Amino acid sequence: MRGSLYNAVFAAGITLVLACLMLGVRLGAEGTTLTVYGAGADRWEWILAGVGLVFLSQLFSTQLGRLSSRIPRPDLGTLKPQEATWKAIKPWLLAALVVGLLVWPFMVSRGAVDLATLTLIYIMLGLGLNIVVGLAGLLDLGYVAFYAVGAYTYALLSEYFGFSFWACLPIAALLAAAFGFILGFPVLRLRGDYLAIVTLGFGEMIRILLNNWTSITGGPNGISGIEKPTLFGLEFSRRASEGTQTFHEFFGIEYSSGQKVIFLYLIAVLLVIVVIYLINRLMRMPIGRAWEALREDEIACRSLGLNRTVIKLSAFTLGASTAGFAGCFFAARQGFISPESFIFIESAIILAIVVLGGMGSQIGVILAAIVMTVLPELAREFSDYRMLMFGLLMVVMMRWRPEGLVPMKRPHLELK
Amino acid sequence: MSQLLLDVNELTMRFGGLLAVNSVNLSVKHRQIVSIIGPNGAGKTTVFNCLSGFYIPTDGSVMFNGQQLAGLKDFQISRKGLVRTFQHVRLFSKMTVIENMLVAQHRHLNTNLFAGMFKTPAYRRLEKEAMDRAVYWLEEVNLLQHANRAAGNLAYGQQRKLEIARCMSTQPQLLLLDEPAAGLNPNETKELDQLIVRLRDEHEISILLIEHDMGLVMGISDHIYVIAQGTPLAEGSPDEVKQNPDVIKAYLGES
Repeated sequence: MRGSLYNAVFAAGITLVLACLMLGVRLGAEGTTLTVYGAGADRWEWILAGVGLVFLSQLFSTQLGRLSSRIPRPDLGTLKPQEATWKAIKPWLLAALVVGLLVWPFMVSRGAVDLATLTLIYIMLGLGLNIVVGLAGLLDLGYVAFYAVGAYTYALLSEYFGFSFWACLPIAALLAAAFGFILGFPVLRLRGDYLAIVTLGFGEMIRILLNNWTSITGGPNGISGIEKPTLFGLEFSRRASEGTQTFHEFFGIEYSSGQKVIFLYLIAVLLVIVVIYLINRLMRMPIGRAWEALREDEIACRSLGLNRTVIKLSAFTLGASTAGFAGCFFAARQGFISPESFIFIESAIILAIVVLGGMGSQIGVILAAIVMTVLPELAREFSDYRMLMFGLLMVVMMRWRPEGLVPMKRPHLELK
Repeated sequence: MSQLLLDVNELTMRFGGLLAVNSVNLSVKHRQIVSIIGPNGAGKTTVFNCLSGFYIPTDGSVMFNGQQLAGLKDFQISRKGLVRTFQHVRLFSKMTVIENMLVAQHRHLNTNLFAGMFKTPAYRRLEKEAMDRAVYWLEEVNLLQHANRAAGNLAYGQQRKLEIARCMSTQPQLLLLDEPAAGLNPNETKELDQLIVRLRDEHEISILLIEHDMGLVMGISDHIYVIAQGTPLAEGSPDEVKQNPDVIKAYLGES
């Protein structure tokens, strides 16, 4: 009892301090000076109620634990079908999912489709970083750099040389891969914290370069008016530019701005499916196993004849090329990019997606990407507290599910 | 071509002012079990590190099948057929037993990205061969029923055996075992004893062994080298070494 009393006082105290700092005071502008305002009485009541709740729940934590253990829990394990039936229905489920993804945008609002497109971009980024962090175990804090390389590749090639989106897609992936390769060399011998610092620096370098190379990248003003993707040369605009035709003219249908949004969404779905397939194959190939082996024990890898240089570089390169892919699409969707889109917090969010989802787990990363992009939209009213909720989510996840939403499952290999 | 599989001449390893290995000569013939013994800190593992390329020896030559190994990188050496285990088990502990076996055969597989993406026939054939080899060696060390368990969840003795099986799946000619019996109980040591002899007699590979368990060493070795403080002290058959007064002095101290 004494132990829990101590715990309760301690937890309530911390809650009070944090709540006072984050909710109790507010900065406001008064003329040219900043003034600190205290919160209103009703808010203080809420804060005190919260502190009291924390105090009581900590004080009676053992009793509460006993109570909650009495509540019957559904056994989720029995819900999963047998191995054999699962194998039989899996392709059908996947097919249904893909069809659902393709049909869905025609039935919902434009905003929802737009949000889904953004989610798909983050899924791509998460899957790419998953190779580097989740499989190869190389902590990369500058992943957004490759995303930027992909985006600027398309923006610049399209602005200066008039390249189309489809031509730029592979170029962006290749160029980002080249940057991954370049970054890979100096960090070959680094691990853990040291690696994190170097990649962090690399990410900043790219951003600052883009910011200052005004003559080419437009600096902080960014590049605007980036061309949208076309469908076999058909544009998705109201009026066709010279020598081309628009989608609605070609098919003789009414113009609607929603067509473009849905088209972009469908491209994103296509790209994500391609990325999922490729990475899924990679994970089951010798190189995928070698990445994981390198994460587990580098010395054992070397003693077994695995060339660590090749393995690390391939992880960096392939991870970066996925980001290049996503970046190219991002530039096309946005129509405007600036270094502002590629700040460190983006890297942090992508990393959070990988960690929350479960290192190495593709389904986990996809789920986490959805959670991380859709939740903030759903909780629009609380947008002031977005980072607060973000942090809280992290703490809760790491405390109760440190392995992630859907921890990676080892493949079960048939022996004969 | 000499008769010797491994021929080490005047191997010297210096760390700054510290002479860790001083002009060690070793040779291993085909299908031979050779042991290196010596008190703790004698430099036995340093010799292993030099042979397997984890250290670049300061001086001396390491001839393996008539090829110079000194100066090659670790992974190049193991690709030539000289593979080692470690004093502390080094498994890929979160991966399954069978995955451990497949990773070891990396260089025998088709690592071409496009072949793997499209599962070409050549790729599938090599994958299948690797799987067969993995199954074969797991059966040899009696671990087949654990094939899909995480390697880190195996009992310690099983982890030791898996490490040896993993090395064997790379198809080596010379296996370097660094204290394979450390931490094993008497029964497991006996099994290990039989396994090592079987590797020599049935699978025709040579073994270089570092071990403190004298019962094991004396029972199976064809030849023994004794090292003390980095310097070769004695060599010979188990009986010769047992009776060598220098060896007794090094182990038990002077009377």
